[in-house]
Amino acid sequence: MVWTKLLRTNKIGLIGLAVILINILVALMAPWVATHDPLKINISKQFAPPSKEYLFGADEYGRDIFSRVIYGTRYSLYISVLSVLISCIFGVIFGAIAGYYGEWADEIIMRFMDAVMSLPGILLCIGIMAVLGPNLHNVVIALGFVYIPRFARIVRGSVLSLRQKEFVEASIAMGNSDLIILLRHILPNCTAPLIVTASTTLAYVILAEASLSFLGLGTPPPAPSWGNILSEARDFMLQNPWMAVFPGVAISLLVLGFNLFGDALRDLLDPRLR
Amino acid sequence: MRGLMSVTEPLLKVENLKKYFPSRKGLFARTPSPVRAVDGIDFEIYPGETFSLVGESGCGKSTTGRLILRLIEPTEGQIWFQGNDITALGRKAMRPFRKSMQIIFQDPYSSLDPRMTIKDIIGEGLKRYDNLKPQQRRDMILEMMSKVGLRSEHYNHYPHEFSGGQRQRIGIARAIILNPKLVVADEPLSALDVSIQAQVINLMQKLKHELHLSYLLITHDLSVVEHISNRIAVMYLGKIVELASRDQLFSQPSHPYTKALFSAIPIPKVGQRKQRIILKGDVPSPINPPSGCRFHPRCHYTQKICAELPPALKEIEMGHWAACHFPPHE
Amino acid sequence: MNDILLNLINLETVFQTRNGVAKAVNGVSFHIRKGEIVGVVGESGSGKSVTALSILRLVPAPGRVISGKILFHEEDLLQLPMAKMRQIRGDRISMIFQEPMTSLNPALIIEDQLIEALVTHRKISRSEARNRAIEMLRLVEISTPEKRIKDYPHHLSGGMRQRVMIAEALLLNPDLLLADEPTTALDVTIQAQILDVMYKLTQEMGTAVMLITHNLGLVAESAKRVEVMYAGKVVEEGPVADIFGNPSHPYTKGLLKSIPVPGQINGEGDQKLYEMKGIIPSLFKLPTGCTFHPRCPEMKSICNQEHPPLCTVSPGHQVLCWHHS
Repeated sequence: MVWTKLLRTNKIGLIGLAVILINILVALMAPWVATHDPLKINISKQFAPPSKEYLFGADEYGRDIFSRVIYGTRYSLYISVLSVLISCIFGVIFGAIAGYYGEWADEIIMRFMDAVMSLPGILLCIGIMAVLGPNLHNVVIALGFVYIPRFARIVRGSVLSLRQKEFVEASIAMGNSDLIILLRHILPNCTAPLIVTASTTLAYVILAEASLSFLGLGTPPPAPSWGNILSEARDFMLQNPWMAVFPGVAISLLVLGFNLFGDALRDLLDPRLR
Repeated sequence: MRGLMSVTEPLLKVENLKKYFPSRKGLFARTPSPVRAVDGIDFEIYPGETFSLVGESGCGKSTTGRLILRLIEPTEGQIWFQGNDITALGRKAMRPFRKSMQIIFQDPYSSLDPRMTIKDIIGEGLKRYDNLKPQQRRDMILEMMSKVGLRSEHYNHYPHEFSGGQRQRIGIARAIILNPKLVVADEPLSALDVSIQAQVINLMQKLKHELHLSYLLITHDLSVVEHISNRIAVMYLGKIVELASRDQLFSQPSHPYTKALFSAIPIPKVGQRKQRIILKGDVPSPINPPSGCRFHPRCHYTQKICAELPPALKEIEMGHWAACHFPPHE
Repeated sequence: MNDILLNLINLETVFQTRNGVAKAVNGVSFHIRKGEIVGVVGESGSGKSVTALSILRLVPAPGRVISGKILFHEEDLLQLPMAKMRQIRGDRISMIFQEPMTSLNPALIIEDQLIEALVTHRKISRSEARNRAIEMLRLVEISTPEKRIKDYPHHLSGGMRQRVMIAEALLLNPDLLLADEPTTALDVTIQAQILDVMYKLTQEMGTAVMLITHNLGLVAESAKRVEVMYAGKVVEEGPVADIFGNPSHPYTKGLLKSIPVPGQINGEGDQKLYEMKGIIPSLFKLPTGCTFHPRCPEMKSICNQEHPPLCTVSPGHQVLCWHHS
């Protein structure tokens, strides 16, 4: 019933959902959708323009860009969703404790968050990757960590204002414990800003992964993450602009999909709009 | 501080209750002056009575309501409920008492969780206290709904689908489902339309008789107070300035502030414009209350002693107390 | 003798939302004479505030005035170009609102806000404007106005802020003051002070006042005539003594009966207040015929079929009801 409502009232959200679902499908069905092996080198086809055989053209090693972009979907989805999940879970825990209990808990937690936020995200990631070593899971950990403060702040803000609300006082007057109040009353009322933050952060993570790959600190090549494809394309912009266009478009579409669906989901979950 | 019904034991007794909030001012001052929201009040509420706490903004009445329920911690003083000292009880020890003391709020819009259905809102209290089967719980909730005048088909609806008056009824149902003995009602009518106020007042009266409740009614609306109270305390700047039964207070208000308050109420009857007692100035800040009698700077009958010595509550007649050096005034 | 200052003729203001069209003001007609205090009474959804906003053409989107005339000094305000309307606002017709904190700019000192109006409309020097402002603050009984004028709004109490609002509204000596629930947010004793000041000043300056409120007590004391509004219509109007002494519309009667009046309790026992059944209808789906009929204790069969006509009870006292035709 929630989905029929989406169908009726928020067609844009439906488009977002469709984009996300297509990406998921492509990621799962990659071996069947891709036309070539994304890692297979074929120097003779170097820089081949888009054709029936190489739908998006070929890169500097003659690898089929189309297939690389298709497989790249797996990396982008996996990394972005997992990272945001980490950021969200820890951000909610820290933000809720800081906002609900206040005083020294708030001070300690938020100063720590400030410290993390004071370092530019990329630098922080570089630092973490340098310590942990560049591989896929470390990218997830690094990106997950970097975005915790953003969630913590949003949740803390919501919790601060909700804590004053009279329905929370009513719950306390019934003798409910803090945990119950947080789980039953406070956190459910934080879902709107959380969803919005999550969808924008998903977008940032995908782009951040691309930046990291640019710097050679993301998923190590020859893994066909969109970031890697883009970073490789950079050196050959003049000869073969197609190499950059397709991963760029893929990134933009997925980011757009998350944003549109995120907005629709937030509205959907608001009982006031039912 | 006994009223005319001193035969039974009080349900609630409050002694020298104080609440000071730290004020933000004076970051660099040695000891910043606190906001003396409630500054030493005493009263009792008996079973089955409506006790009203009246006053204007900043007098401390809302804070008092929350102190009694331990939603805020008192700075000083004691609170007895059903004979037990609940002033400093921990969370766990408070729980059995919480069933018996509930609260209704002023704002029907922020007092209900917008993400919960009204069956969950009303039934929330049941989850903690009774091991009821789902069917029993459902029946109790429906019974409460009908008691407060809500139709059963609204069982699964959300707060935003109701009007202000209906939401207030939901709040009342939530409060009474645990069968409390004392209900603190914090300005329950101020946010409602006039015609709806009558409905809610009648409902509160009906429930009081059916369930043998006591109310601590906190309000600034004197007409309502006269209509439903048994006893009344008038507060000003954190202190009780007059305490009496309804009839005593309305026939013979003794404290100058009470008289000014009464004369300020606009009456829906046509005549010449009332000769009002217009008070000078604004309500002073509770951070730095005036010396001696707190009301003296605005009082028309001020004398020298009023600025020097705070007047104690004196019994003018049986059950009627006023904190003034020169009561009553004609 | 034409001393009619403001004449509303069949005013209709609606709000177009995706849930439908809400008829906030549904054919409202009444007039205000020079120097007269008219009370406009009603509960939420009655349309009283929207009526005032419509007069100044300040109805926020998605609201629009769709029909009717607003004659001010015989000129239809709805037909005026915006530039002329802006000249009238603040100068010939001014308005004060319920919440003085949000009506005053928290970032500006009082002086700047008061002077702004004067300098815009009167083209006088700042120092002259300041003097007039200080004088006005003195008239609204603010002590040491020369010092107060340099304060920010948050330095002042609610009552003082409302006095500043009154000062600002009357600074240019307007012909008409629209006062929308001016004292609802204030304590009772402060309310008394404010009304006193407002009443004295407007009498002295000859300003007409449209006093919008849900508090019948205020109206009984200050107003000369009353318009009772319900769900977008004026259901009864007349001199204040007639409305309170001989209320004719079932809504007016019910309203007066359901207010607890101080000094009327006799003896023991709690008395039940008169309860009007039902609730105010949704403005998106108004009842057929007379909008009050679902709640009316005197409803007849014609009431839910046809709109009631305007009937005269006595000179100047009219009611929108089938029982009086």
